Amino acid sequence: MASNEEILAGLAEIVNEETGLAPEAVELDKSFTDDLDIDSISMMTIVVNAEEKFGVRIPDEEVKNLKTVGDAVNFIVNAQA
Amino acid sequence: MARKVVITGLGATTPIGGDVPTMWRNALKGVSGAHTLEDDWVAKYELPVTFAAKASNRPDEVLTRVEAKRMDPSTQFAVVASREAWKDSGIEDVDHDRLAVAFATGIGGVWTLLDAWDTLRDRGPRRVLPMTVPMLMPNGPAAAVSMDLGARAGAHTPVSACASGTEAMSMGIELIRSGKADVVMTGGAEAAIHPMPIAAFSAMQALSKRNDDPERASRPYDMDRDGFVMGEGAGALVLEAEEHALARGARIYAELAGSGVTADAYHITAPDPEGLGATRALKAALFDARAQATDVVHVNAHATSTPVGDKPEYTALKAALGDHVSNVAVSATKSQTGHLLGASGAVESVMTVMAVYERRAPVTINLDNQDPEIPLDVVTTARDLPQGDIIALNNSFGFGGHNAVVVFRNV
Repeated sequence: MASNEEILAGLAEIVNEETGLAPEAVELDKSFTDDLDIDSISMMTIVVNAEEKFGVRIPDEEVKNLKTVGDAVNFIVNAQA
Repeated sequence: MARKVVITGLGATTPIGGDVPTMWRNALKGVSGAHTLEDDWVAKYELPVTFAAKASNRPDEVLTRVEAKRMDPSTQFAVVASREAWKDSGIEDVDHDRLAVAFATGIGGVWTLLDAWDTLRDRGPRRVLPMTVPMLMPNGPAAAVSMDLGARAGAHTPVSACASGTEAMSMGIELIRSGKADVVMTGGAEAAIHPMPIAAFSAMQALSKRNDDPERASRPYDMDRDGFVMGEGAGALVLEAEEHALARGARIYAELAGSGVTADAYHITAPDPEGLGATRALKAALFDARAQATDVVHVNAHATSTPVGDKPEYTALKAALGDHVSNVAVSATKSQTGHLLGASGAVESVMTVMAVYERRAPVTINLDNQDPEIPLDVVTTARDLPQGDIIALNNSFGFGGHNAVVVFRNV
């Protein structure tokens, strides 16, 4: 069971791998599209990699609700619970 | 009078050099890019052919990690070569609405396609990457080059197997002559050194099986030739309307004077034994270039080193050039690079342009015992081309009966 900090760090790693963005830039209040400039195809790759890393399932219809990095961390925490 | 088309930029990434200067230096020296494959899949699948001519520089070492992740290797090669050509052209300011792309491939994103299939079978549909389709589509290289340059006058992908790269240049000529573009990035890219294409080409007996001596396997016109050697990489040429190039004081390598594209309509893989389609392409290209057969001093031949393919090309050259064929310096550079399939026409056009520009014909290696049925004057050590007005040809032929010839003239 990962803590919020561990999930944030893990997500930052995935985002860095996909987009080249520095992990420090991946902060809880950042919007994936508006702040991090992540397009829908990259977002789907990030989601699938996060599913594998954290052992959760993120349904396609949930993805549109994950607007910020914090939304994604919360979703993963709840899904692991 | 049609607009004249000139060549102002060159790029290449090949088995004998990761850029034009390196490739050209090696081409004049005569080296082999073919080597035993170190990949574990060679033994895993017990491939009947255990060597190939891999690109000497891996494109993902040149591109950023994020760029490389979103591109099939064929597209990576295309972007590397086109960036070199663009930089070489010195173009700083261009109307992007008048800049087009014609970038070919023979096979397309075969690594991406088959990796995705492996992923689907082993790990399920959820793991198939969302970028799979744009990475495997054959227009991937043209699209990536267009985005990289901001080329908005159309991005085209001629696909005609091993004639593709040369056909892209023919398309480039038309785009400029018709006034649809002033500058066209043309080229071809291929990255098919993968176990499946090796198995498939081998099944049709197209590949050399000289596993114990890869560097001597690609031997066009030699009596002991037994098939082609798979190569990979890309070539890129910046085509420019002459007045556009002159207005910016560009260095002009050569004029791309004309092209001829025909189809055999004879057999899906075998060339017309009398080379009739190739002859028509040669004649059409010379006519298009307003050139005489006797103007031709150099040919970069298609010459893949297959037992059945090399001779019909000679027959066609003889038919198109007549007795003058014996005065022509013929180079079969696939002896060095292997066969880059859809990229070969572009890489060999780069070589032909360099030959015209420096008036020096590159080397054909491994010609120990020339086939007496192919009495061409084959260049085996680098040779000077004549001064004065000269014409050089690049021939490319592809499965499907595709024939493409381009004509270069000194400026």
